[in-house]
Amino acid sequence: MFYREAGDFKTSYKEDNQTFPIKFDRYRYYAVMFLAFAVVPFIVNDYWVNAIFLPFLIYSIAAIGLNILTGYCGQVSLGTGGFMAVGAYACYKLMTVFPEVSIIIHVLLAGGVTAFVCILFGLPSLRIKGFYLAVATLAAQFFLVWLFNRVPWFYNYSASGQINSPERTVLDIAVTGPNTDAWAKYMFCLVFLTFCALVARNLTRGSVGRKWMAIRDMDIAAEIIGVNPLKAKISAFGVSGFFVGIAGALLFAVYLGAAEAGDSFGITKSFLVLFMIIIGGLGSIFGSFAGAAFLVLLPVLLKNVLVGTLGWPTDLAAHFEFIIVGGLIITFLILEPHGLAQLWRVAKEKLRLWPFPH
Amino acid sequence: MNDMNHDSYVTADGRTIGGVVMEMKNITLRFGGVVAIQDISFDIRQGEIRAIIGPNGAGKSSMLNVISGFYNPQEGDVFYHGKKRKPMRPYQVARQGIARTFQNIALFEGMSVLDNIMTGRLHQMKAGLFSQALWAGRANREEVENREAVEKIIDFLEIQSIRKTPVGRLPYGLKKRVELARALAAEPSILLLDEPMAGMNVEEKEDMSRFILDVNDEFGTTIALIEHDMGVVMDLSDRVVVMDYGKKIGDGTPDDVRNNQAVIDAYLGVAHD
Ligand SMILES: Nc1ncnc2c1ncn2[C@@H]1O[C@H](COP(=O)(O)OP(=O)(O)O)[C@@H](O)[C@H]1O
Ligand SMILES: [Mg+2]
Repeated sequence: MFYREAGDFKTSYKEDNQTFPIKFDRYRYYAVMFLAFAVVPFIVNDYWVNAIFLPFLIYSIAAIGLNILTGYCGQVSLGTGGFMAVGAYACYKLMTVFPEVSIIIHVLLAGGVTAFVCILFGLPSLRIKGFYLAVATLAAQFFLVWLFNRVPWFYNYSASGQINSPERTVLDIAVTGPNTDAWAKYMFCLVFLTFCALVARNLTRGSVGRKWMAIRDMDIAAEIIGVNPLKAKISAFGVSGFFVGIAGALLFAVYLGAAEAGDSFGITKSFLVLFMIIIGGLGSIFGSFAGAAFLVLLPVLLKNVLVGTLGWPTDLAAHFEFIIVGGLIITFLILEPHGLAQLWRVAKEKLRLWPFPH
Repeated sequence: MNDMNHDSYVTADGRTIGGVVMEMKNITLRFGGVVAIQDISFDIRQGEIRAIIGPNGAGKSSMLNVISGFYNPQEGDVFYHGKKRKPMRPYQVARQGIARTFQNIALFEGMSVLDNIMTGRLHQMKAGLFSQALWAGRANREEVENREAVEKIIDFLEIQSIRKTPVGRLPYGLKKRVELARALAAEPSILLLDEPMAGMNVEEKEDMSRFILDVNDEFGTTIALIEHDMGVVMDLSDRVVVMDYGKKIGDGTPDDVRNNQAVIDAYLGVAHD
């Protein structure tokens, strides 16, 4: 009976509308923040940061971004990989053209550039919906990758066609480049994730979020009550692009260190992030985290169990992963479209009443 | 607009009905070959409950859709507060203080009752994207202020116990009530109700009738409503427009309309030639 709301009365609407209305949730949130900021950085090693924490943090940002657009505003996008590439290349150009400016500014600006590009490609959403919009964003995906491979200006005419992340520091601590400590990379991405999650949470609980959801649930009724569909969709594409761009910038600059548009930001990235929000839960910030954690951890787990313990060949294990992910997607789409987040919510609802369900 | 009627009068139950706020002039609306509305004119006065009745397919919903900017008529004009209205998008009409409900409920199924009603207050919420992103100052203040206004409507319509329930889980009668709440949240000067009591049982109909009368009485909201149930219409409305096959066949007080031969024929199903 630790998890309860009895005796936890709200005396103002402000309290009722906070991010975690139940005390226990709030405490758990503080505990997680404490662990993430004050414990993990001191105990992580290279393997944990590179195999698990960095991809989790960065994909969480991307998943939040896509969830805003698809889960909250109902606009399907298969262009996430391409938009992450925009963030990565924008960050690279900014880092090399303005080396004296802080990397923090560069990452934020990369998000801004991506927001702009995302809005441009989102304009057709005013005329087309569903499947046709998906195809249009797919076209954006291929166009953007082609553009970054084709125009040497984007990769500063390097012979390999790759972009490489130069060393940049925050408070004299390297956060990008080959000599970066694992904990520094971790902290840098964690700060961005925290910022993005808070912004996303604030937007989705206020009037902008309600406009997005209104458009998602019934665009005609939304327009009747006064939602301007143009503005609502454009703002969803913009905010989504901002987060996805930040994720792309971090993936390139901090995690990969070097990238090439086709390899690092191909269509598989688009699907990966889409699967994350489907499994995690459409229209849920928590679901974005859950989905990212799940799809980052799954291959690591499978590899350890199948290859490490059972001695399967690596390629067989990799194929097995496809089968599992595919099966899960189908299961979730059919049985629980709101994903892990909904399972969690149901479990909590039961817990709230336990042990006296009546 | 020289024929606009500014005389106000007091009804038998003591409500003041003002001058004309909205006037439909010679409206014709066609869908391809189908003439949904044919050369119809009528007006709506400040503070009255104006009913539109008629058999199925008469063009009643189409008429509300014209008023709310959903369809633009091929011929005729809409005058609002004496001014001719340009063709408008529905969200622009909403901004002028005209709210509505739908014949087939149009709520946001994935959102809670509270969030649905809060969407009705979008015009009152002006905080920009950045202010909301940081939940700073204005965004926070607005959210609380508007929540207070919405809670008043929730109390008024007696739906306190379901405010956090996702709309998709509600029974039909309650959904209709939530839809009314969302429309009221906008604090409209004109409220358009498309068959607010369709599919309800007697008890639910009585509740809804009471709410409609209370809204009109307490907030002074002008109401135009479509209803099938003649008994309800006679009880609620100040004046009635009768439509049949896209044409206006009657217009007047409930008593006038009840005794109008064309109306009796339409309702008794006298064969059309
Ligand atoms: N969007 C539309 N497209 C084509 N025909 C329509 C449309 N909306 C209404 N109609 C036609 O217009 C006529 C009036 O419909 P409607 O206004 O819904 O009637 P009522 O609400 O009085 O039952 C009907 O013949 C209907 O088929
Ligand atoms: Mg109708």
